[in-house]
Amino acid sequence: MAELKVLTARFGTPNSTHIDTYLRDGGYKALEKALKMTQDDVINEVKKSALRGRGGAGFSAGVKWSFVPRQLNKPKYLVCNADESEPGTCKDRPLMELDPHQLIEGMAIGSYALGANLSFIYIRGEYWYLIDILEKAIQQAKDRGYLGKNILGSGFDHNIIVHPGAGAYICGEETALLNSLEGKRGHPRIKPPFPAVVGLYGCPTVVNNVETLAAVPHIINKGADWYRELGTEKSGGSKMFSLSGHVNKPGNYEVRMGYPLMDLINIEGAGMRGGKKLKAVIVGGSSVPIINAEAAAKCNLDYESCQSVGTMLGSGGVIVMDETVDIFETTFNLIRFYNHESCGWCTPCREGTDWLLKIFKKIKAGMGEESDLDLILKLCVNIEGRSHCPLGEAAVWPITSALKHFSDDFKKHLRKSLPVLTMAK
Amino acid sequence: MFSPEIEKKIDNTIEKYPHKRSALLPLIHIAQNEQGHITEEAIAYIAERLDLVPVEVYEVATFYSMYFLDPIGKYNLQVCRTISCMLCGAYDLIEHLQNKLNIKIGQVTSDGRFRLTEVECLGSCSTAPAMQINFDYHENLTPEKVDQILAKLP
Ligand SMILES: Cc1cc2nc3c(=O)[nH]c(=O)nc-3n(C[C@H](O)[C@H](O)[C@H](O)COP(=O)(O)O)c2cc1C
Ligand code: SF4
Ligand code: FES
Repeated sequence: MAELKVLTARFGTPNSTHIDTYLRDGGYKALEKALKMTQDDVINEVKKSALRGRGGAGFSAGVKWSFVPRQLNKPKYLVCNADESEPGTCKDRPLMELDPHQLIEGMAIGSYALGANLSFIYIRGEYWYLIDILEKAIQQAKDRGYLGKNILGSGFDHNIIVHPGAGAYICGEETALLNSLEGKRGHPRIKPPFPAVVGLYGCPTVVNNVETLAAVPHIINKGADWYRELGTEKSGGSKMFSLSGHVNKPGNYEVRMGYPLMDLINIEGAGMRGGKKLKAVIVGGSSVPIINAEAAAKCNLDYESCQSVGTMLGSGGVIVMDETVDIFETTFNLIRFYNHESCGWCTPCREGTDWLLKIFKKIKAGMGEESDLDLILKLCVNIEGRSHCPLGEAAVWPITSALKHFSDDFKKHLRKSLPVLTMAK
Repeated sequence: MFSPEIEKKIDNTIEKYPHKRSALLPLIHIAQNEQGHITEEAIAYIAERLDLVPVEVYEVATFYSMYFLDPIGKYNLQVCRTISCMLCGAYDLIEHLQNKLNIKIGQVTSDGRFRLTEVECLGSCSTAPAMQINFDYHENLTPEKVDQILAKLP
């Protein structure tokens, strides 16, 4: 049995969004328990669980929480990143849609650990229908005393505001998100200072992905060791993967960290559509390097294994491509995406993605030459590491990896060398 | 400038936040949902409510793809064009809609009923291809299914 049900355990429950069913299934017991622990004990438990951020970067959640200077005489904030807009990723949506209280409980525990009395769910505007579900759940939690003043007699006050974004991939980047939440354009901020020290309204702020926070109640309930042992030593727990593309059964699946990628494709995904051959996989949402079938066969779904085959676990958006796919076309699709979503703040990313898109258009029109492929790589070198935020890298990794593993797909679009003009006699 | 009910909603939204300006995105949403797109009057009104100058509202309104400064028709068809949807037939779907409605991407039909746009990943990658009509999701689409959906719209 591969599929594991921790975060998704209640997905099939009738009325799963209602607090009554959540309480019946043992909900808010973790919050009760956490409120009797010290803040440091909660943070240490999360550290020990090896829970790593599920938003893409995979940074240890407990370590991030420990960076917040709690003694500082300023408000602290917890912000849940529900901007979910990394192409290939759609896992936070069911977590909010089908079990909002799990997230609210995780946020309450996190806020207690950080000393935050107010927290936010920054949700992408397109998920409008979820705002209602979340707000209803928040109201129920308030009515039962799990949010509001003096929660369960502990003296801890906590409220949650649901804040809609308005369509901008870059607002998933945590500092752009904070600017957006402050009512500004979604431009990233220069780091350092990191949000844990100078974040929302200049105050210490932790930004965590929906899935990261949803895991917290389980860690508190069943213990860090239990959680960590579900996964691997360095990548603890279970994780949701959004399987999309050419498989028979696309969908969101929760599996243990370290689960073989090919099992996800062949068992959960019920194999390749139409019995076609696998050509390529993007494992962690569109921003990570693409891998070929050979690498996919060696890849397990944990941070270390993904790295060993030249890619990253990212957000867990697994995009599967069969033998009919032209990798030039998919790469074109992605550079168009990054060019569209570049916030325009820094030159290498703004201008570089423009130039890349132009060259891709030229090649698509049948006007490309061998030298254009070199030019693409030169542009990539000048964007990578020279942009303010990781969107720049995210734009070039899909390209450099595609050129490395699937250069034939690019070459077949190139025209032969220019016809030599000879003077008519 | 709005009905008392909407004014109340605006008051409540502003009150929620520790700093007023944070209410800017939600307020633009409220105004747009009321008026169909963002009008100059709405920009001036929101600016006044949040102690901003209109250009600060304008600057934000023009940054985000879900805000519209021009009328967008009764039904805004937003078809996802990004990779997972592309792999599952989004380009054919877009072609189909252009032919069916006889408009190009970004245009509104002459009767003002439909606007057709391409958008980036909608978070429906496992149920691709997907589109949103105004705020409603439609997934696992085929050209036939799209025809049925459009035929059923009031
Ligand atoms: C361009 C860009 C887009 C991002 N989009 C998201 C997103 O949609 N959701 C998310 O949780 N994190 C996203 N991130 C990562 C966040 O910056 C941040 O690392 C994350 O929310 C931290 O939470 P975690 O530690 O729980 O993963 C994005 C990062 C970048 C650079
Ligand atoms: S790298 Fe791109 S998205 Fe990031 S700040 Fe610079 S221009 Fe904006
Ligand atoms: S790629 Fe279309 S919804 Fe994600």
